[in-house]
Amino acid sequence: MAKAKVTVPTPAEILPGISYKTPEKGWMDVKPDFRPGTYCNPANPKWLEWIGYPYPRAWHVTDEDWHLPSDWKETILQGMEDRLSRFRSLKLFFDICVRCGACADKCHFFLGTGDPKNMPVLRAELMRSVYKRYFKPAGRLLGQLAGARDLTEDVIKEWFFYLYQCTECRRCSLFCPYGIDMAEMTILGRELLSSIGINIEWTLASVAQCYDKGSHIGATPQAMKDMIDFFAEENERVTGIYTPITYNRKGAEILFVAPSGDYFADPGTYTFMGYMLLFTYLGLDYTISTYAGEGGNFGFFMSHEMGKRLNAKIYAEAKRLGVKWIIGGECGHMWRILNQYMDTWNGPADFLEMPVSPITGTKFENAATTRMVHISEFTADLIKHGKLKLDPMRNAHIKLTFHDSCNTSRGMGIFEEPRYIIKNVLPEGHFVDMPPNTIREKTFCCGSGSGFNADEYLETRLRGGLPRANAVRYVHEKYGVNHLGCICAIDRAVLPTLLGYWVPEVEVTGISELVGNALVFDEEIERTTDLRDRDLVGVGEAEEGVEAAEAAEEEE
Amino acid sequence: MKLADLLSQKKATILERWLHLLLDSYPSETSGFFKKEKDPFNNPLAFRLSQGLQGVYEALLQDTARERILASLDDVISIKALENFSPSQAVAFIFLLKPVIREELATELKEAQLSEECLEVESRIDGLALLCFEVYMKRREKLYELRINEVKNQVSGLMRRTGLTLVTPQQ
Ligand code: SF4
Ligand code: SF4
Repeated sequence: MAKAKVTVPTPAEILPGISYKTPEKGWMDVKPDFRPGTYCNPANPKWLEWIGYPYPRAWHVTDEDWHLPSDWKETILQGMEDRLSRFRSLKLFFDICVRCGACADKCHFFLGTGDPKNMPVLRAELMRSVYKRYFKPAGRLLGQLAGARDLTEDVIKEWFFYLYQCTECRRCSLFCPYGIDMAEMTILGRELLSSIGINIEWTLASVAQCYDKGSHIGATPQAMKDMIDFFAEENERVTGIYTPITYNRKGAEILFVAPSGDYFADPGTYTFMGYMLLFTYLGLDYTISTYAGEGGNFGFFMSHEMGKRLNAKIYAEAKRLGVKWIIGGECGHMWRILNQYMDTWNGPADFLEMPVSPITGTKFENAATTRMVHISEFTADLIKHGKLKLDPMRNAHIKLTFHDSCNTSRGMGIFEEPRYIIKNVLPEGHFVDMPPNTIREKTFCCGSGSGFNADEYLETRLRGGLPRANAVRYVHEKYGVNHLGCICAIDRAVLPTLLGYWVPEVEVTGISELVGNALVFDEEIERTTDLRDRDLVGVGEAEEGVEAAEAAEEEE
Repeated sequence: MKLADLLSQKKATILERWLHLLLDSYPSETSGFFKKEKDPFNNPLAFRLSQGLQGVYEALLQDTARERILASLDDVISIKALENFSPSQAVAFIFLLKPVIREELATELKEAQLSEECLEVESRIDGLALLCFEVYMKRREKLYELRINEVKNQVSGLMRRTGLTLVTPQQ
């Protein structure tokens, strides 16, 4: 019997690309490798039925056949044509890119995965190649020679893989000499995919629940009320201050809208307690809505149309309740939408009044058309006018750095307000910024935005989040930073996981939570802990000291 | 000259060659960038890998606390454990140091009195390889733990509300 020949590989042979080079293929010929951890699960058909979106069906990413509708190709090409005429930006982006490569190494997914198709210039090429083939004469004639290619099912799979490896963070556009915005392309590309029934579960479940019930997690109004009432009791237990809140109250001056992550998921819950403490301190005439119980808008992650539908709920509620203006909580994409899209989708909101702080009299003219003010702007204005009594020592256990969330920084330009608040609620020297090429406009994405906080996607998220975490690790090791602050609910949900992998010594906190810790009320009880029940500096030690002394006495 | 001295003398060249080998396992468009960009924040992946390799290499040259060695291995493996790699591919990097040393010191190693020392170094590399398995397993376990924690966190607020804590049910 002939013996089977066994070849034992050397270590160099085990790693691809070292002892042998596979012949380099052109990028068009490399297919995505759908392994667990590298893709999000497809949406359950029932969600599509709930919101009336096309082609609800069960399918699996790893199956050869994605059961696309028979006319999928016409739908996509028609959709492209339609969008090329409606969005001048898209046509411009397709035509104008000179492939200078300035954007190539600026994407966190490229930096963290090393996959060349995560270079923004190549990500755009995935769609541009189809545009060239069907909408440009040269591409029609010369095909691949002119960088054009036929639209096939494989191309659709590739779009799915890479358009769902872009968090629409816009970092690349900052470095493009023409300002080409890959995020816009991703948004439109995902719309096209959605038009042939390709959607992801995490986004669609959130969208359908929000559309049907009020918030992404689909809680009933009763559950929402129950939870927030509980925070009022918690605030009273920790601070002695009861912070009651009213729901759906007509005639209130202000409607407050927060992301649902802030009243269901830790550590966002402590941020919500901070909001309540602040509003109670001011005696603000405000209410919250159980119908517009969601500041976030996952609709924006699948199509402009769905984003518009969900955004409209906030304004419908403001109208129904007859409030004068709106304050929004610490959310990321809610603000990008407010700042960049709301006006053309559902605005201007001229049935509301120009927002004026009832405490300081400041007129928020930047919110002239949206009539919605960011909680950080509102709070910073209060501090600037000396309206808050603050004791920074209650945050002395916190050494903070600040993550500029993509949406509030690149999407609307909020840089100073949160830093101003932080410096006023923390003891001096307790705030350190990360290196300049990783913050403000140049901030690195958390890697899990735009609908990626699904647990099945963890590996890719952690890789995409490496550039952010690497900078956090630097300030942790160099300055002893132990908390990462942010003003985004997705960040509060995903950064603890990201840091849990890369820098487990650092915890995540919202900024209003720190305000809640520091606020001094006249009638409060003596504070011994922060809102998370952690001992304040000096308190635990003092008690331990007493205990130790007592123990020593007993021994004697 | 003793091998240990040669290894410290050639440290920079050996480390660079080792790192470049590792970076060659990325597509060529990427490895070029990974090799070139030196800013730790603009190129965090290559930076972490190079920090890790340096720590591991130093551990070969001088006595290093076990914790320190594990942390350096972890700098590399925490990245590899997330990539589309099999476990053997994720830890293969450690063995690549052997051919790098052999090639870099080809002439010197011909001297007979060094070969014994060389065997000793190679056997310490094998020891490091064994530690790699531990680090790799820890990283994969961490991934599962984080997945579970994230799901728990989504409802942890609710749980506090009801006064319940999530526990693993008894059999
Ligand atoms: S920076 Fe702009 S022009 Fe240059 S390759 Fe990127 S998208 Fe194209
Ligand atoms: S928008 Fe952000 S995630 Fe998308 S390609 Fe640009 S840098 Fe990458």
